[in-house]
Amino acid sequence: MNEILIAVLIVAAMGLIIGLILAVASVIMAVPKDEKAEAVLEVLPGANCGACGYSGCSGYAKALAHGEAQPGLCSPGGEECVKAIAKVLGVEAGAIERKTAVVKCDGTGENSPLKMEYQGITTCAAAAALHGGTKNCSYGCIGFGDCVNVCEYDAIAVEDNVARINPAKCKSCGMCVKTCPKHLISIVPLKKQAVVMCSNCDKGAAATAACRTACIACMKCAKTCPVGAIKIENLHAVVNPQLCTGCGECAKVCPKNCIGMMQ
Amino acid sequence: MGTVQSLVSVFLAAILTENYVLSKFLGICPFLGVSKKVNTALGMSCAVTFVMVLATAVTWPIYTGILVPNNLAYLQTIVFILVIAGLVQLVEIALKKYMPPLYNSLGIYLPLITTNCAVLGVTMLVLEKAAADVTYGYGHALVNAFGAGIGFLVAMVMFAGVRQRLETCDIPKSLKGLPITLVAASLTSLSFLGFSGLVEGLMG
Repeated sequence: MNEILIAVLIVAAMGLIIGLILAVASVIMAVPKDEKAEAVLEVLPGANCGACGYSGCSGYAKALAHGEAQPGLCSPGGEECVKAIAKVLGVEAGAIERKTAVVKCDGTGENSPLKMEYQGITTCAAAAALHGGTKNCSYGCIGFGDCVNVCEYDAIAVEDNVARINPAKCKSCGMCVKTCPKHLISIVPLKKQAVVMCSNCDKGAAATAACRTACIACMKCAKTCPVGAIKIENLHAVVNPQLCTGCGECAKVCPKNCIGMMQ
Repeated sequence: MGTVQSLVSVFLAAILTENYVLSKFLGICPFLGVSKKVNTALGMSCAVTFVMVLATAVTWPIYTGILVPNNLAYLQTIVFILVIAGLVQLVEIALKKYMPPLYNSLGIYLPLITTNCAVLGVTMLVLEKAAADVTYGYGHALVNAFGAGIGFLVAMVMFAGVRQRLETCDIPKSLKGLPITLVAASLTSLSFLGFSGLVEGLMG
C-alpha cells in the first residue's frame, strides 16, 4: 500500500511542478499576440487561394492588421468580407469592384474544327504539348476542362469544346487563369463591356484558316471605338476594360463577329 | 579505452551503427512525414537533436536521483513522457519569447516532437546501457543523445534527398505516394547495415 502511495505522490508531485513551471513561464514569457490579425483572419473566407497576392489568408490578415494592404483584395469573400474586414479595422470599406474571369476564345467545334483524332490523356496541358492542341487554331481553347477541374466554385463549363465562365458564380480567384495552358483566361471587371473573343496571334489569312471567328487585326474596332479602349496586340484586338463604356459599336463593325458584349 | 576515445566511439556508434531511425526504427513518423524537402528535414532534425540532449540531461538525474532510490524504476516510461512533454512546452514558450527567428523556423516542429518515440527511446536506452556498463556515465549519455540527434539528421537529410529524386521519377501508379516512400526507406535502412561493426573496428 505504501509503495503505491509513494509512486502516486511522486508522479503527481512531478506533474504539479512541471505544470506550475509551465504556468509561470507562460505568464512571464507571454508574447503579445496580434489580436487584430486574428480577428481579421476570422472574417476572411479561409480559401487560401492567394488571389489577394499574399501567402494565404493568414498572410493577408497580417498585412491588413499592419495597414500594409487594402481591404478590397479578397475576391472570394466579396462585398460582405470587405465590410467585415473594414469593421474589424475601423476603416472605410470603399467600393469593391466585382470581377469575373473570361475565356477569350470562341473556337467552338463549328468555328474551329478538330485537326486530329486525339486519343491521349484528356487534359488541356497534355493535349497542348502535341502540336499545340487538338483544334485547327493552336491558340484556342482545347476544351478538356483543366480550368473546370481547378474551379472551386463550379463556375466553368465546357460547351461545344470551349470553356465558358458563369459570371454569377465566378469569384475571380484566378485559379483558372493560372491553369489554362493557352493563357486564354483573364480577370475583367464585371460590367457592361466588349470582350474580344479571340487570342490568335497569326496574321489575317492564317488566322481565318484556323478559325471562322478569328480576329484578323483589321483595326476596324480600334478605329471605331469612341473612347480608344481597343488596341491591337500580337495581331489581335484587346479591350482595355477600364476605358470601355460598353457602347457596342465595335461589335457592330467587326467583320469576323469575334467581339462579344458582356452584360 | 580512454575517456575521450570512448566518448568518440559512443558518438559515432549513435550516428552510424545504432542509428535510431534506420537501425532501431524509432521516430519513423517524422522520418516519413517531414522528409519531403531538405529544408524542413533540416529544421526538424535540429529541433529533435536539441530536445534529445535536453531531455537526456533532465531525465537521467530524475531516474537516478528520484526513481531508483524509491524503487520506482518501473515508472520510467510514464514519468519520462511527462517530463519530455513539459520540457518541450517550456522550450517552445522560451523560444517564442527570446528567439523569434529560431521559433519561426523550428516552432511548428517542436509540438510534433513532444510525443516522438525517438526522444523517449534515447532517454530510456542510455539508461539501459548505463545499467550494463559501469563506466558509462552522464557524459556518455549526453554524447549519445547528441549523436542520436545527428544520426536522425543524417537519416532525414539523406532520405529527403532520395525523396526529392523520387518526385521526378516515373513511378508506377500503384506505388505512387506512400508505398514507394516506404520502399525507399527500407532500402536506405538496409544501406546502413553496411556500417555494422565499423565503430568497433575503428576504436577496437
